[in-house]
Amino acid sequence: MADTVQLTTFGVTELEAQHALDRLNVRDVDYADLYFESRVSESVSMEEGIVKRAAKSISQGVGVRATAGEKTGFAYSDELTKKDLEIAADTARYIANSPKGGHAVPVPAQRRPTRDLYPIERAKAEVATADRVALLNEIDAEARRYDPRIKNVMASFNTEYKMVAVATSDGTLISDIQPLSRLQITCIAEDNGNRQVGSFGGGGRVGFEFYREQNRHLDYAREAAREAILNLSAIDAPAGVMPVVLAGGWPGILLHEAIGHGLEADFNRKKTSAFSSLLGKRVASDVCTIVDDGTLPFRRGSLNMDDEGTPTSCTTLIEKGILRGYITDKLNARLMGIPLTGNGRRESYQSVVLPRMTNTFMLAGESDPQDIIRSVKKGLYAVAFGGGQVDITNGKFVFSASEAYLIEDGQITKPVKGATLIGSGPEILTKVSMVGHDLKLDNGIGTCGKDGQSVPVGVGLPTMKIDEITVGGTQG
Amino acid sequence: MSDMLQQTNGYAQLAADVLARAKACGATEADIVVADGETFSVQVRVGAVDRLTKAREKRLGLRVFVGKRSATTSTSDFSKDSLDQLVSETCTLANAVVEDQVSGLPDASQMAKDRPDLDLYDETTLDTEVQIDWAKRGEAAAFAADPRVTNSEGAEFDSSSGRVVLANSHGFVGSYKSSSFSLSVSPIATEPGTGAMQRDAWYEVQRKFARLASAESIGQEATRRAVRRLGARKVATKRVPVVFDQETAGSLLANLCSAVSGYGLYKRASFLLDQLGQTITSDVITVYDDGRMEGGLGSHPFDGEGLATRKNTIVERGVLKSYLLDTYSGKKLGLPSTGNASRSVGDSPSVGPTNFYLVPGTKTAEQIIGSVKEGLYVTELIGFGINMVTGDYSRGACGFWIENGELTHPVEEITIAGNLKQMLKNIEMVGSDLVFRGRIASPTVKIAEMMVAGN
Repeated sequence: MADTVQLTTFGVTELEAQHALDRLNVRDVDYADLYFESRVSESVSMEEGIVKRAAKSISQGVGVRATAGEKTGFAYSDELTKKDLEIAADTARYIANSPKGGHAVPVPAQRRPTRDLYPIERAKAEVATADRVALLNEIDAEARRYDPRIKNVMASFNTEYKMVAVATSDGTLISDIQPLSRLQITCIAEDNGNRQVGSFGGGGRVGFEFYREQNRHLDYAREAAREAILNLSAIDAPAGVMPVVLAGGWPGILLHEAIGHGLEADFNRKKTSAFSSLLGKRVASDVCTIVDDGTLPFRRGSLNMDDEGTPTSCTTLIEKGILRGYITDKLNARLMGIPLTGNGRRESYQSVVLPRMTNTFMLAGESDPQDIIRSVKKGLYAVAFGGGQVDITNGKFVFSASEAYLIEDGQITKPVKGATLIGSGPEILTKVSMVGHDLKLDNGIGTCGKDGQSVPVGVGLPTMKIDEITVGGTQG
Repeated sequence: MSDMLQQTNGYAQLAADVLARAKACGATEADIVVADGETFSVQVRVGAVDRLTKAREKRLGLRVFVGKRSATTSTSDFSKDSLDQLVSETCTLANAVVEDQVSGLPDASQMAKDRPDLDLYDETTLDTEVQIDWAKRGEAAAFAADPRVTNSEGAEFDSSSGRVVLANSHGFVGSYKSSSFSLSVSPIATEPGTGAMQRDAWYEVQRKFARLASAESIGQEATRRAVRRLGARKVATKRVPVVFDQETAGSLLANLCSAVSGYGLYKRASFLLDQLGQTITSDVITVYDDGRMEGGLGSHPFDGEGLATRKNTIVERGVLKSYLLDTYSGKKLGLPSTGNASRSVGDSPSVGPTNFYLVPGTKTAEQIIGSVKEGLYVTELIGFGINMVTGDYSRGACGFWIENGELTHPVEEITIAGNLKQMLKNIEMVGSDLVFRGRIASPTVKIAEMMVAGN
């Protein structure tokens, strides 16, 4: 089990937290909480063969929130005195339109999450800078060794060690320690004036040793170099509607953009999502079953508990093509009368809780990945992607390939330059005709943005065939 | 005001203490940035307050050099013990990285000597109820403007004010205050027959409260933009002229801005390498970056390293005249800084635009659209399909189809693709409608030809 973080870590006594919660708990307030956070972030980065930069950032603060009906009052402070807590509580309860003077909430029982998905000792999270420097130096050498046309290697290693405690008006005081790290590599290849880029990376809620296990860091370096070299010979991407086969793993970003955001409860409560009226309806072909699972050990999107203290869970979003559920936080679950799924997340104490994804992926199907490729006469095979984006309201999403190939007569042929795919969320999965038996989760590099807040997420996908989607290349 | 001044002096003293402490720890040079601010934000949705946020925050960032090695740290804890520990950790970190021959502060002689008042601060403080009222009026105007507006993502009013103090071991100390006020409104329109929804938004940001357009006008414009998207459909894949409205032209200009920024250039990660003095766009294009525009959203009296900001000519009639540089990226390219160091508290300086804009031409947007026989008018771009190394460009787009110089129907679920190198050279017309809504601004522009992918 995870270690308990005492409130005194944040310079606050339980009595002071209790007092602030009492103060928030005026008549109209349905729910209130205090979110204490202490975060240490460190990074080292290299370019031109030199580990030039090292940085460290320390932040600590409290977010104070009260909800009344659909209203949320929120204040935050980087000072954690009794007086600052009181000011924040008075600001947050402003929305309640209630008379002053709160009433006592249940005295919270100190708890910790019942599982430990990322048991990393602090000592392992705190690695000497020299070791990180050595890691990056080995990456640089490996990428350049891969091919002499690799002219620059940019690599960064980031870690975050976050302690959180949540005290709620429903009588919970629960804490968690959430480590996170990520290694990211970008290579520039140059050949006769043709310059191309390739990127690769990985990470999760893992310690430094993860990157050296089986020389993962060198695999990442070779992958980034391989993509850059491959793109030297890539041809312009086609334009128009065609079948597209997505490789397993990170291309699961399609699910995140096309489906996941549209199933976040807030958009559906407000009926601003293209999925608002589709619960129980068919939104995908029957080979598609999609879940959001925050309980996978060591994964970037996983959490022992969400940022409201609710244990994360595995939520079925789409079952054999039928829309089954939304992902929720406390506010939206209460207002919609639907189950609480443990998806209430926030970027930091400075941001409000929103329903957010954790690890979103499609379960394995029955097709052989080779058969999927062979079934396409003329189309695109997309292996790696940059970012994606969705317009929740009309459901249109895009995502951009960073490594893709033409499929001609059932064979993978020439590499093509990055093309953007565009489609409609509620329709795209109805066009999925084959799902491979090779479910793969991504390597742990995903960051999702919503309302200006970034949180780490994971995605996953088996090899999957979409019968038709618009490919936005330059060649008609 | 005297409190503000006292606080500024307090931070200047704090900065001096930390710099002295860094020197004692072995730092040969150092700089420090202290920032604090207050923010207020209210979101109203369907006539009621949805979320109200209020906060004060402060942060301190320290960069030290031990010879040619450097490290950067930041914290929100200003207690003496915590800062002492931060200083010693920063020096330890710096000793752990590799020497970088071009690292270091700018020369002492280069530090900004003047501190012009750029009219960035408004001392107006608004009652909570006034700010709620602005958001409510903005949203109400959006609903009132058209019966097809049936729902809303809400309206948000934000106000913030803050202060930055920058000091370094050359003895430079500078500070300035700034504020901003903004309203955004995001209505959702529903098509009566199909029930299909479209969202759009409109917003305005000003450093002075009195300069904000009325809440009603912002709400009405948001509705005009949402309603006109109803009935959008795909179009056939085709190579056509593309007109970018002010917002999307601004995003093209942001791509140009990244391509001429020093860090991408010396890393050879830009599609505009070695182009100084060369023609990079058509001759209708002139671009300035002006750090001293009065009241500008990107204006600062000095940059993130304490050098004076100024007005730089970036592109003049198509010829690339200047990159955007700070001291480090300038040294890597053998050029002096252009006063474009941007400094977020926790990071070492990088390069950023100040007020980066395309000089307006003479044609109205209507005249530009009128010049197109068949083509696309783009009003929104989504996705990240831009490769800065090669200039390859492929993004999702929404807008309107143009036939015989007139907008015919709204368009969605299409992409537009090309290569930024060619796109910049193919800009045929620049509109007269330049308006600053952020640090980067452009009038309407027309690109002779791009690939539109749809059906």
